[in-house]
Amino acid sequence: MSNNPNNWPLWEIFIQSKRGLEHKHVGSLHAADPQMAIENARDVYTRRQEGNSIWVVLAEHVHASRPEDAESFYDPADDKVYRHPTFYTMPEGAKYI
Amino acid sequence: MTEVKNLEELFQAKIDAEQKIEPKDWMPDAYRKNLIRQISQHAHSEVVGMLPEGNWITRAPSLKRKAILLAKVQDEAGHGLYLYSAVETMGTSREQTIEDLLSGKAKYSSIFNYPTLSWADIGAIGWLVDGAAIMNQVMLCRTSYGPYARAMVRICKEESFHQRQGYEIMAVLAKGSPEQKEMAQDALNRWWWPSLMMFGPTDANSPHSAQSMKWKIKRQSNDELRQTFIDRTVQQAEVIGLSIPDPDLKWNEASQHYDWGAIDWTEFNNVVAGNGPCNKERLAARNKAHNDGTWVREAALAYAAKKAKRKAA
Amino acid sequence: MSNALFTYTLRLADDLLILSQRLGEWCGHGPVLEEDIALTNRALDHLGEARNLLTYAGQVEGKGRTEDDLAYLRMERQYTNVKLVEQPNGDYAHTMVRSFLFDAYHLPLMQALLKSTDEQLAAIAGKSVKEATYHLRASSEWIIRFGDGTEESHQRAQAALDNLWTYTGELFESDAVLEEMTKAGIAPDIAAIKESWSKTVDQVLSEATLKRPADAFMMTGGRKGLHSEHMGFILAEMQHVTRAYPGAEW
Repeated sequence: MSNNPNNWPLWEIFIQSKRGLEHKHVGSLHAADPQMAIENARDVYTRRQEGNSIWVVLAEHVHASRPEDAESFYDPADDKVYRHPTFYTMPEGAKYI
Repeated sequence: MTEVKNLEELFQAKIDAEQKIEPKDWMPDAYRKNLIRQISQHAHSEVVGMLPEGNWITRAPSLKRKAILLAKVQDEAGHGLYLYSAVETMGTSREQTIEDLLSGKAKYSSIFNYPTLSWADIGAIGWLVDGAAIMNQVMLCRTSYGPYARAMVRICKEESFHQRQGYEIMAVLAKGSPEQKEMAQDALNRWWWPSLMMFGPTDANSPHSAQSMKWKIKRQSNDELRQTFIDRTVQQAEVIGLSIPDPDLKWNEASQHYDWGAIDWTEFNNVVAGNGPCNKERLAARNKAHNDGTWVREAALAYAAKKAKRKAA
Repeated sequence: MSNALFTYTLRLADDLLILSQRLGEWCGHGPVLEEDIALTNRALDHLGEARNLLTYAGQVEGKGRTEDDLAYLRMERQYTNVKLVEQPNGDYAHTMVRSFLFDAYHLPLMQALLKSTDEQLAAIAGKSVKEATYHLRASSEWIIRFGDGTEESHQRAQAALDNLWTYTGELFESDAVLEEMTKAGIAPDIAAIKESWSKTVDQVLSEATLKRPADAFMMTGGRKGLHSEHMGFILAEMQHVTRAYPGAEW
């Protein structure tokens, strides 16, 4: 990525579409400062009333796992089926559980 | 060497298994280059595409049409923005990508080098140009590169009204006064062939196609998409009483498709080579906007730096 | 009364219609894609409000004129917008200062109209107030960025302010129409709007390190349909297709 100091930095945009839901990554944009990033996100990513709340994060502050680590990160969860509710057999007739 | 080969095999295996490729995944250099070229061309097309339509915002003949056109051209700015962001995930900044457009090095869809001469052109662009673009874009929602596919999903969702508003403009004109109908027919005559050219060279002459299909960047060939577009559009023209400007157009009972006349590829090549009616104007307009905006972008950065410094102090 | 209400509503509408027309010229030519989108949102908001007001003006008039009849088929002398909004875009600072000076008036006006005794105007204001709040915030921020940004941006913003200041007096002019509307509780007291405007302007300009021009000669005439030479060209462009095909549907 070019680090030309004359370019507005890149921001990652997270939008909560409804109260109670999580903020979801929707894309990115450029802005000179956080306030501008929030306003641009409002104009760019909520033109069709998609938003309730906006988070902006400088793209360079996002640290990502490496794809080659995927096996060691996520595969161990493969054999932990007991983390999933369907693992358990419920007695017939029991309700609301 | 064997290791690279293995990586390539693994990569192709992922693609064959319909898995998306994500920015940090290993990918062949040629895949990366091919994608950067395609996505940035696509982004430039959205942004340059704002010009021929923006041309009519101040002249739209009703306030409703003015509002629709503003919203549509604005969407295109958004689409350009999403696509430049997708290019950035491959390590090329928007500034660099735009630099290539402004210098004339990068290509964009040639259709936008044709002029919009009447209000009906706004209808024709929505109906034909967006109609052709959507066929490509729907296919690209399933493209193998994750960020590109996600941008396309968003774009397709937003584009859904673009073609319809254009067709509606044409339909209203076609059933209006004789002068209005003439305006609509004239626009169809001028935009029909350039719209067919939008699907690119025939499969036999398309240099990047085979590899792009193998990598599932493209999912359908130029000729397949073009044929589907013709089949659909001919019917739509009939419904509103306009005629397609192709004397060779004929329904083929055996193939269940329309047969149609030859595209003038000399014209296509000329426009691609920079000799279209508006190539110079489009590039000049983009350069002017960029240059006039330099001090604005600098001012915002200077102020952000001052503010950050004050906050730290 | 209905005559004054028609005139008053039309004034509100024309300011927004013409400003939106000007802002629409920027679409596709903004300094950066994000701003292009933001500016078009502004144009769309103004246009939407203008359409509501024009439709209402047509109803008040009672002669069956639609929003398009009023927008496209009046003669220049019948447009009652202030001269501020018809001024050319100029550079981005000029466009933003023009919007800022208008937004700082438009927001308190809409807030006050929420309490209008005219239900329809109050309802239109209800929708506009949210948009106007955002517009003023965004234009204020740009004025501050320009004023306190680089030397060049500071100079451009100050030049725009000096150029446009003479058009601000018209926003707060009163006449028989406005007096009648105010007395009926339909329009707010314009002096209070001016006070709010003045406060906002001082606050933002001071943060922007820009100088508030002295209140010297103020341009007038827009409300009476006496415009600058720019207006004829705005209308020629806006109206020509509509007028070339009389009675056509679009």
